[in-house]
Amino acid sequence: MRWSWIPDHAGELAMTTLEHTAIAAVAVLCGLLLALPLGVLAVRFPLLKGAVLGISGVLFTIPSLALFILLLPLTGLSYETAVLGLTVYTLVVLVRNTVEGLASVPPHVREAARAMGYGGTRTLLTVELPLALPVIMAGVRVATVMTISLVSVAGFIGHGALGQLFIDGFQRDFAVPVIAGVVLTLLLALVADLALVGVQHALTPWTRRGR
Amino acid sequence: MISFEAVNKKFADGTTAVRELDMEIPEGQLTVLVGSSGCGKTTTLRMINRMIDATSGQVRVDGRDVRDVNASTLRRNIGYVIQQSGLFPHRTVADNIATVPRLLGWDRKRVRDRVVELLDTVGLARDLGGKYPHQLSGGQQQRVGVARALAADPPVLLMDEPFGAVDPVVRTLLQDELLRLQDELHKTIVFVTHDIDEAVKLGDRIAIFKTGGHLVQFSTPAELLAHPADDFVADFLGSERGLKLLSLTSLADVPVEPVTTVTVSTPVAEARRAGDGWVLLVTDDHRPRGWLHVDHLPADGVLADAEPIVAAGLTASASLLTALDATVSSPVGLAVRVDDDGRVVGVSSHQRINERAARFRAQVLVP
Repeated sequence: MRWSWIPDHAGELAMTTLEHTAIAAVAVLCGLLLALPLGVLAVRFPLLKGAVLGISGVLFTIPSLALFILLLPLTGLSYETAVLGLTVYTLVVLVRNTVEGLASVPPHVREAARAMGYGGTRTLLTVELPLALPVIMAGVRVATVMTISLVSVAGFIGHGALGQLFIDGFQRDFAVPVIAGVVLTLLLALVADLALVGVQHALTPWTRRGR
Repeated sequence: MISFEAVNKKFADGTTAVRELDMEIPEGQLTVLVGSSGCGKTTTLRMINRMIDATSGQVRVDGRDVRDVNASTLRRNIGYVIQQSGLFPHRTVADNIATVPRLLGWDRKRVRDRVVELLDTVGLARDLGGKYPHQLSGGQQQRVGVARALAADPPVLLMDEPFGAVDPVVRTLLQDELLRLQDELHKTIVFVTHDIDEAVKLGDRIAIFKTGGHLVQFSTPAELLAHPADDFVADFLGSERGLKLLSLTSLADVPVEPVTTVTVSTPVAEARRAGDGWVLLVTDDHRPRGWLHVDHLPADGVLADAEPIVAAGLTASASLLTALDATVSSPVGLAVRVDDDGRVVGVSSHQRINERAARFRAQVLVP
């Protein structure tokens, strides 16, 4: 074991970790931007609900490698392919949690909003989505951790970030980069999850005060 | 004034919730819609602010057909209180109360002042404004619900079983406060309940609905209790109609008679000389404690050590029903009368109260 490889490549590792973070963050963000309207549509139009949940579920069952290969003709060996593929995977969790979050809003609260003279959009933005936030955030946390681990798979199309370390180590029969990649991925997932807990805490002050 | 003209409501599943309803709800009064579940009372209420639109007929508020008004605009001018309070769980009490004023675009200071004023009006401490609804008791939440409905000072207030989910003690308290508020505010209140006692207590007028959406009788509580329109109404009013009737009139016209009182600081020996039977024990500031028999006093000491048969004081505004209850619970058949500060002014006998009850009955029972 030549552990000195790690300090020798510290700068490179830091850059790769950042790249990894960026890919995962963009994918989850894009997923959320798609999932929120899809979830809202599914709740508003019950006929759509089955289709939306079904399709996001089916997409999730496509093996990840196969999905990237399927995307190649469209976007090539690019960063976009990596982000697009990962975004598709986040949908299953994010859409489902958006739907469940919105469904968990107590009916009498929705009714009160209507009776106060709130229109549909105002009710959605200022009452329903805030109240659905804890459930949506739970989905965002799962999707984030999952995506951080999945980024490595995009290594096969050259955009695996920390995942490139696995390929590199494997090809050279050299374990240190592999170990470094695993540890950094785990740490990143942990830190991201903690950060999201903090975000949720800040966004939902009403859930944390006792009597 | 709110009026219904030949209003029908049929739901998509074919059930008729309201049938050919004609009703005029008087301005500035509290009208109670009462009936068993499925009788259309809530549907009727919700047609006023267009939470439900009538299938046919016209609902008018202040002479205007509600369907000619934008639903959201209409609702901002009609207060609405529902059973589980319907407060927004993610907003503080103050923000909940501020809901409609903010929709109406009031400036910050005006909203803030109004919230403080309303917390006072509904009897909540000002520092509760910063709490979230789940940090409050059921009764407090319901008060916030009322404050929120009153926020923009709407002339009409709709209340859908607002006190249905709180315990009986709190419910009585909230009912009393609603009556006190209404004394000051004179809103046109439409109140839905399935509890006939609540209806009799609160209503200036009561509308009784029967399953299938029929309005069976619409009259004052006294008229209703004295002359139920049919067997359905009579059944709904229950078996103690005569007694309920007595809850509608007060002790004010019943004469106050003198009574022998002894204070808690009186020595026992002196008390024995005060009378030869039952005496009324009062505190040093003349509030009633209860009835004592001179033969059953402690051996010595002062009367503070004695254990009287507890008697509560009744003001002139207490109902005859409460007064009769007091005489029945008293060993001497007397109701203790107090002034508005709670000090004993005398007693009223079972007999005098009955005489007054008979006169009242004669007044309302004559068609």
